[in-house]
Amino acid sequence: MARIVGVDLPKNKRGEIGLTYIFGIGRSSAQKILDEAGVDRNVKVQDWNDEQVNTIRKIVNESYKVEGELRSSVQMNIKRLMDIGSYRGIRHRIGLPVRGQSTKNNARTRKGRKKTVANKKKAVK
Amino acid sequence: MSRSLKKGPFIDFKLEKRILEMNDAGKKSVLKTWSRRSVISPDFVGHTIAVHNGNKFIPVYITENMVGHKLGEFAPTRIFRGHGGKQK
Repeated sequence: MARIVGVDLPKNKRGEIGLTYIFGIGRSSAQKILDEAGVDRNVKVQDWNDEQVNTIRKIVNESYKVEGELRSSVQMNIKRLMDIGSYRGIRHRIGLPVRGQSTKNNARTRKGRKKTVANKKKAVK
Repeated sequence: MSRSLKKGPFIDFKLEKRILEMNDAGKKSVLKTWSRRSVISPDFVGHTIAVHNGNKFIPVYITENMVGHKLGEFAPTRIFRGHGGKQK
């Protein structure tokens, strides 16, 4: 069982995929880590030996910002935008899309579930 | 896509000149500008700049955190007063 930065990696997946279960590591950085550690990308997580796990752990700890640290830095960035009162900060505050998307329809990821307005008049023909 | 580093940040020449003049003279006064497109450079910190929003000038006090953003980001051009409400 490989446990890296507080996350249990899935045993029966290839290393390249398994590493992506860590928040902050995607396919591309997973590949870079494995290449740097000299581990074949296709070796399953359960087949890593202790030495390999340790090299991988070391690389992740030293050169990647992952999990809690990354989450908090993302939050800090958002908070900074809100504190300086920039347009993007305001959009974060009122829970609308930040990057200029249209909000006439959709935008439901940011706006949440539909709030139906009672007795909203239908357009008269 | 972000702007090429080769070019450096864009600041309206006139605005930069006026800020630098004020820095040299060591005085602070509210500066009116229409140049919403200008990037806030470290020279601006501590000044209050009145940024035009298409209707009037919004005073923006520049702090260190704002460096690298553009002036227009701090002067919203739209007012949203909420949907619906009581109808007769």
